[in-house]
Amino acid sequence: MSHVVVDPVTRIEGHLRIEAEVDGGQVQDAWSSSTMFRGIELILKGRDPRDAWAFTQRICGVCTTVHAIASVRSVENAIGAKPPPNARVLRNLIMASQCIQDHVIHFYHLHALDWVDVVSALKADPEKTSALAQSISDWPLSSTKYFAGVKGRLKDFVDRGQLGPFANAYWGHPAYKLPPEANLLAVAHYLEALDWQRDFIRMHAILGGKNPHLQSFLVGGMATPVDPDRQASINMGSVARMKELTARAREFVTKVYLPDVLAVASFYKDWAGVGGGVGNYMVYGEYPETDDDKPPLFLPSGVIRNKNLGKVEPLDPAKITESVKHSWYEDGATPLHPRDGETRPRYTGPKPPYERLETAAKYSWLKSPRYDGEPMEVGPLSRMLVAYGSGHKRVQELVGTALKSLGVGPEALFSTLGRIAARCVETVLLAEKIDSWVDALAANMDKGDLRIHDTGKWDPSAWPKEAYGAGFHEAPRGALGHWVHIKNGVIANYQCIVPSTWNAGPRDGSEKRGPYEAALLKTPVADPKQPLEILRTVHSFDPCMACGVHVVDVQRRELARVRTA
Amino acid sequence: MGSREGWLAGELRRRGISRRELLFFCAGVAGTFGLPASAASQIATALTRAKKPILVWLEFQDCAGNTESFLRSSAPSVGEVVLDLLSVDYHETIMAAAGLQAEEALNGVVKNAPGQFIAIVEGSIPTGADGAYCTIGGRSALDIAREVCGKAAATIAVGTCATYGGLPAAAPNPTGALGVADAVPGVKNLINLSACPANAANIAALLVYHLTYKRWPPLDGFRRPLFAYGKTIHDNCERRAHFDAGQYVESWGDDAHRSGACLYKMGCKGPVTYQNCPTVRWNDGTNWPIGCGHPCIGCAEPDFWDRMTPFYKHLPDVPGFQAASSVDTVGAWLTVGAAAAFAGHGVLKGIQNSRGKPEESAGPPGDRGPTGSAGGQP
Repeated sequence: MSHVVVDPVTRIEGHLRIEAEVDGGQVQDAWSSSTMFRGIELILKGRDPRDAWAFTQRICGVCTTVHAIASVRSVENAIGAKPPPNARVLRNLIMASQCIQDHVIHFYHLHALDWVDVVSALKADPEKTSALAQSISDWPLSSTKYFAGVKGRLKDFVDRGQLGPFANAYWGHPAYKLPPEANLLAVAHYLEALDWQRDFIRMHAILGGKNPHLQSFLVGGMATPVDPDRQASINMGSVARMKELTARAREFVTKVYLPDVLAVASFYKDWAGVGGGVGNYMVYGEYPETDDDKPPLFLPSGVIRNKNLGKVEPLDPAKITESVKHSWYEDGATPLHPRDGETRPRYTGPKPPYERLETAAKYSWLKSPRYDGEPMEVGPLSRMLVAYGSGHKRVQELVGTALKSLGVGPEALFSTLGRIAARCVETVLLAEKIDSWVDALAANMDKGDLRIHDTGKWDPSAWPKEAYGAGFHEAPRGALGHWVHIKNGVIANYQCIVPSTWNAGPRDGSEKRGPYEAALLKTPVADPKQPLEILRTVHSFDPCMACGVHVVDVQRRELARVRTA
Repeated sequence: MGSREGWLAGELRRRGISRRELLFFCAGVAGTFGLPASAASQIATALTRAKKPILVWLEFQDCAGNTESFLRSSAPSVGEVVLDLLSVDYHETIMAAAGLQAEEALNGVVKNAPGQFIAIVEGSIPTGADGAYCTIGGRSALDIAREVCGKAAATIAVGTCATYGGLPAAAPNPTGALGVADAVPGVKNLINLSACPANAANIAALLVYHLTYKRWPPLDGFRRPLFAYGKTIHDNCERRAHFDAGQYVESWGDDAHRSGACLYKMGCKGPVTYQNCPTVRWNDGTNWPIGCGHPCIGCAEPDFWDRMTPFYKHLPDVPGFQAASSVDTVGAWLTVGAAAAFAGHGVLKGIQNSRGKPEESAGPPGDRGPTGSAGGQP
């Protein structure tokens, strides 16, 4: 039995530590710990709720839009503000472009090096690489000369002897299975994706002034004026530029990302049997298609238990609870109502520097959220499963095509590999869909509707003296909720439950493992000193630790499910 | 490769990039610094002789927003930075190695190249709970920062959290978060690239400046490069004429808003924020916050989460600014015209100077401590 510590887990956002017991070449038990705390909810108390989105947005710079969206929705829910149709569409565009870009970055820059051996690419034959590339896609950058150039650049880089971020890694590890040509192809696309993500996210500069940390959100709407006849507004020039960017996104996603995922996956089919985890999936749903109080959502909400795709339950946020038994917070002696509750951080772990966490006691800054007492996985896999189980036609087609090309059944989805495939399927789905919102914006402007804001609710004098609100959002990494309590025009309490809290949280009060911990069980580990396989399963969730750590109270939530655009 | 021609010259030749094309690129770089076009040749010569310096990028109480911003860099692109210009030996968000192997990479730099590497710090450094609010590999952020920044040839604090404590240090600063200047006093050649996040164009420009001139740029009183922090947003704002003419947005989406009028009444902090957003803009010059219709929130200034909020109150009412005007008298104030407006600027300039007078002197910074207040609680 060896005790493996991976800290820092790299190629993620934030600070994550994994401790695992490895025996007989497999993980026998695992503990997930988040090792950073800021206390943003405490900082929000007493502030203007119209400012909250800018504060919460800085919870994470990778998922730079998500906490802003959830925040404005929670405040709008509290004060009764109704964003006009243009604001809903602008937000859909911002959310979808975030998801598309974030998923591509995750695959190529955060996850690929778990599967792709960069050093092996030096042995690739450019001609065979070209043949491989052209056999899976008609992406134009596929000539022998092109891959010879990439190989040459890589060789010069290695020959210089300064390997930088690629130094000291696990190259040559027996778990790497790709032939050299597939490795070279992936290295080429790693570099192409670096440029592509930078160019595509100009969508956010058009819609939000800048990325990261867009600056166009407002409680009650958006700050981006729309007017086809003004140069200082989103106009038809902006529409044309967005359409150009979305067209290129579709091309990259369908001709590079999807073929690469399928090609890489075909060498790692055994990972469709690894990393299943808790088998429960929760989705709040996203992309409102109308401005009704309960609008139809492009991606539906729901809960799946025990991998039962045949039964999607409706979601009830009142069933969400949190445990702090293994988290560095004071245990609540008297459970307070969530609206008024407060949990205080209290570190009881080993004094740094330390070698081991006390995993039998408290061991993480994350809490353990539970739905109806059960741990839930959230994220792209959950969204695709709930959509699949709810009869979403396009999702069923895309998932079916991917499964068929790999020659596996739907059970393969409940795995490390399933997470990677679902993330890619979602990206294709959104890349196909996003233009409909660009068109909706153009059509609405054409009708003469230039409203971007519910101005009647801007001034705090129009608000109730005391109000509670909840805002939900499907972030790239999964179900996100913000809860706000406003009193006399300022924030009395603010809480977030974040995707990575759901996925990366520690054991709960009844010692049930969180999704990371459960997914790591039985993960093969060839060499405990080189825990590559642990990284594969953890990275498949796309960890975002800065998001996960929050002071939230809560024994029991009784918060209405309300959605606003 | 001979000593007179660095690896980059060979690299450029191999890739078929002519000196003419390099000069074109360098002219762009020179433009970012506001240097004359003649400087392009000097930059090009320096770049082709550059060796690959080591960079380590530390993340503490951060959101990775500055890392993401850095990924948006186009001149040079992040691929060029990572593969060609610098040896990025430690950066948790992009490096292949994890855990023990990652720690070894960082320790290797500190041990084998003391005084010869550049450290970039992203995120604030918590001092509460004996450092337990942020640990990496079981070590506290403060411990790591002291060792690594203490051995670095220069430290770049990137983003407002690393610079002044930023969001975690906002009242009531639950974790005792500090910026680098306050957490690790006396760090050699500290450069602050504030803003939330720092603009990729400025991160890139600072690195190219150093690679070219082998020194660091002149700084203001908050140790920020003058090439990016020498003027206020207001000085260069494309909507300045509307301010001077008294044309203001009054309501989100109104005719003035759609027409690009001044956002001062909606809370714009451009008049008291030193940053080059209006000229370099964001995401390859695509846009910037005021360009998309939202006021500047002052994110490059110390303690902006406390001093610039509420964000939607206009400046004279911001606590701590004892300006003569109040929200109700702005209209009257403006009827006096541009002269009164400039008097208003005088008031605001005075506030800026009381916080730390920008230094206009040229030359690299010495090993002095910070001159601006940074990171403390309000």
